[in-house]
Amino acid sequence: MAGSNPNAKPMNLTLNVWRQPSPKAQGKIVEYQVKDISPEMSFLEMLDVLNEDLLHKGEDPVAFDHDCREGICGSCDLFINGRSHGPEKGTTTCQLHMRKFSDGDTITIEPWRANSFPINKDLSVDRSAFDRIIQAGGYVSVNTGGAPDGNEIPIPKDIADRAFEAATCIGCGACVAACKNASAMLFVSAKVSQLALLPQGDVERKTRVENMVAQMDIEGFGACTNIGSCAAECPVGISLENIAILNREFLTAKATSNNLA
Amino acid sequence: MFLDSKSPEGPLAEKWDQHKFNVKLVNPANKRKYDVIVVGTGLAGAAAAASLAELGYNVHAFTYHDSPRRAHSIAAQGGINAAKNYQNDGDSVFRLFYDTIKGGDYRAREANVYRLAQVSVSIIDQCVAQGVPFAREYGGLLANRSFGGAQVSRTFYARGQTGQQLLLGAYSALSRQVAYGKVKLHTRSEMLDLVVADGKAAGIVTRNLLTGAIENHAAHAVVLATGGYGNVFYLSTNAMYCNVTAAWRAHKKGAYFANPCFTQIHPTCIPVSGDYQSKLTLMSESLRNDGRVWVPKTKELAERLRKGEIKVKDLKEDDRDYFLERKYPAFGNLVPRDVASRNAKQMCDEGRGVGSTGLAVYLDFADIIQRTSAEAVSQKYGNLFEMYEKITDENPYELPMRIYPAVHYTMGGLWVDYNLQTTVPGLYAAGECNFSDHGANRLGASALMQGLADGYFVIPYTIGDYLAKTAPKPVNTEHPAFAEAGKAVQERTAKLLSIKGNRTPDQFHKVLGHIMWEYCGMARSAEGLTHAKAEIQKLKREFWQDLKLTGTNEELNQALEKAGRVADFIELGELMIDDALDRNESCGGHFREEYQTPEGEALRDDENYAYVAAWEFMGENQPERLNKEELQFENVKLTQRSYK
Repeated sequence: MAGSNPNAKPMNLTLNVWRQPSPKAQGKIVEYQVKDISPEMSFLEMLDVLNEDLLHKGEDPVAFDHDCREGICGSCDLFINGRSHGPEKGTTTCQLHMRKFSDGDTITIEPWRANSFPINKDLSVDRSAFDRIIQAGGYVSVNTGGAPDGNEIPIPKDIADRAFEAATCIGCGACVAACKNASAMLFVSAKVSQLALLPQGDVERKTRVENMVAQMDIEGFGACTNIGSCAAECPVGISLENIAILNREFLTAKATSNNLA
Repeated sequence: MFLDSKSPEGPLAEKWDQHKFNVKLVNPANKRKYDVIVVGTGLAGAAAAASLAELGYNVHAFTYHDSPRRAHSIAAQGGINAAKNYQNDGDSVFRLFYDTIKGGDYRAREANVYRLAQVSVSIIDQCVAQGVPFAREYGGLLANRSFGGAQVSRTFYARGQTGQQLLLGAYSALSRQVAYGKVKLHTRSEMLDLVVADGKAAGIVTRNLLTGAIENHAAHAVVLATGGYGNVFYLSTNAMYCNVTAAWRAHKKGAYFANPCFTQIHPTCIPVSGDYQSKLTLMSESLRNDGRVWVPKTKELAERLRKGEIKVKDLKEDDRDYFLERKYPAFGNLVPRDVASRNAKQMCDEGRGVGSTGLAVYLDFADIIQRTSAEAVSQKYGNLFEMYEKITDENPYELPMRIYPAVHYTMGGLWVDYNLQTTVPGLYAAGECNFSDHGANRLGASALMQGLADGYFVIPYTIGDYLAKTAPKPVNTEHPAFAEAGKAVQERTAKLLSIKGNRTPDQFHKVLGHIMWEYCGMARSAEGLTHAKAEIQKLKREFWQDLKLTGTNEELNQALEKAGRVADFIELGELMIDDALDRNESCGGHFREEYQTPEGEALRDDENYAYVAAWEFMGENQPERLNKEELQFENVKLTQRSYK
């Protein structure tokens, strides 16, 4: 690679990869060898090498979710050596580089493990539960047109910054995969906090939190027991503070709710 | 065929208002009787789908992703332009219009661009109302920054993640309509053909990416918002799935493809590091506000630097050539993208490039860090600096970034008239997949503006005009055109799987990318293009004889998906070359070596080439026919662009 580490030596690695042909099929770990992996490759580029190799051999390549490879689309979702997105803190799988591994390493690659994220094939999972939670209330109900001038809603900079921090959630599901309860509290709290902090979200703040939490329960995500592994493994640093905000919003809403259902 | 742009009559500033009054309206009670298909859920698609559903239409939204939120709009970093003039620095709708026309090197349609500048102000209001957390000043008002190609601060931003925040805003509006049942969401569904029945767009054929099921969907109108085709170059800043297939299939069903050779090479990307590389990463143009671009003053110094004999810090001020500041004192590091890219290439061609490959220039933040602080710089660009360090293992707070141009955006796309309707009645194109607003070069922070303008504020009006003239009868897929299109898709998929050759889709894609980058990239020549055309035709033959796939259609088969996209990219590549050969001038992102000023700047030929080249598909393996839309400039004077 240009400039950064001219002495980097190619690596040979053993991969233990979860293979499962279809949602209902029995899955298993299959061992593969990959050779001459440059430390400057991203983790997904290493998997590209494996897949090209498999395809040439006439074997089925490993299915995995990915797209932007810039750490922002939230598609990639690998559980690497027992950790969401692998060993590097604050990093998605696509931004994890092979320089974090050593020649001769064995790497175990699994899909997100959570009942609410059924497996499509191999390492690809179905995260549509997240979409349904957003559909339950993760918005401000404004139609296109008729919005007041942007500067008519002044927002203190520190509040705007905090809302932004919560809004940077990429919806990858690492928090669920990292949680022993497979709880989606960090994901839900990020959206609830963003909109609860902002004046635009104030009108619907009670119904929003009630409906989103209800949908989270319907989807079968586990309860939160405040372990904090979600925030520790979040690739974009969504703070545990958001869960505290969610709990406060939820209790306030329930205590004063008109929603008797 | 005469291409009618349908630009409304009257003074520029009144065209859109007049047009909105003239278009037909659909009775509110009838809106629920119309079905509209929207393909793609990026900024343009999500905004259009949500807005149409809010109006009362039944919308079917399609994405090949697992969720609408993953569309590549999410990766846009720098910002979105709007003519708010909040900074009191002389901005106006006319100035944004003028900058966009000029920045596009006078190859865009005046009426469309003016409308874009007009609605830009409403976009910001709409996004703020949705809860998009734009950057703010301490007084609580919206913050702005300047951006390449502009001398006013009109860019709104959310740190280096503006695209993400805007897309999540549009996604939230879309999700709300899904909850109301007004939008039916079809995820992991890839459009593989357009259905044209009785001369009108009648629906689409999709493949369910999980099961392989080929499905027909009917509607009264179809909107394509399927993004750009930058991945024809293999390496680009586009996401891995970005492709031309939906637009290309529509093209083959009668939609003209306009200005395909107008591709944008972005000056500030992380340089290529090895053959295995799957994509390139953009470093936002906003970095050029504070970073200074330079190379060593001499070839000798550059060579010693590349060999590691000297270090960056050994180079004194006198040893550095801040070439953009030197050549373009008025705009300096903020020259438009095409100019910045060409100059970086020129420096590397002169042997003054840096990094082990010599294909990079420096983007240096030492001055701004000294003038303010590392913390202040981190406030503005923190996430970009982190991303750079993750990829390169170098700390840009201490060492200058190494950057090199990479394919980023495609100005060309489906030809559309003022209503964003293609040459197929009932088929609309919005966002990057149409050609309409950026001419031969797009200015920074204008892609997000155009995507949202089309989706929130243009399509909802113009599509109503078409629907109002269409009977509100229920649609179905019984027309023989559906069965025919579905069968063609099935046969094509079966054909791809049956070749059983030796080369993978990725191998073909890499060869294609190499041809395109070498001969149809930053500099083009008649000789090179002619050579490339023969190479691509050869590649196409090889593809259909030697493709290797495994597995079946009836499963998640990512190599099969890729193969179909590469097949379409190969055909598009040939058309791009035809278009580049036809255009005997240099303008914006299209630089023909034969046509340059003595100083090496692009030399336009307004007399002969002030037209939109709209290509018409004439049948498999037939040359396409060129149709011209002559551009009329009534409100700006055509001048050679100068940023000196």
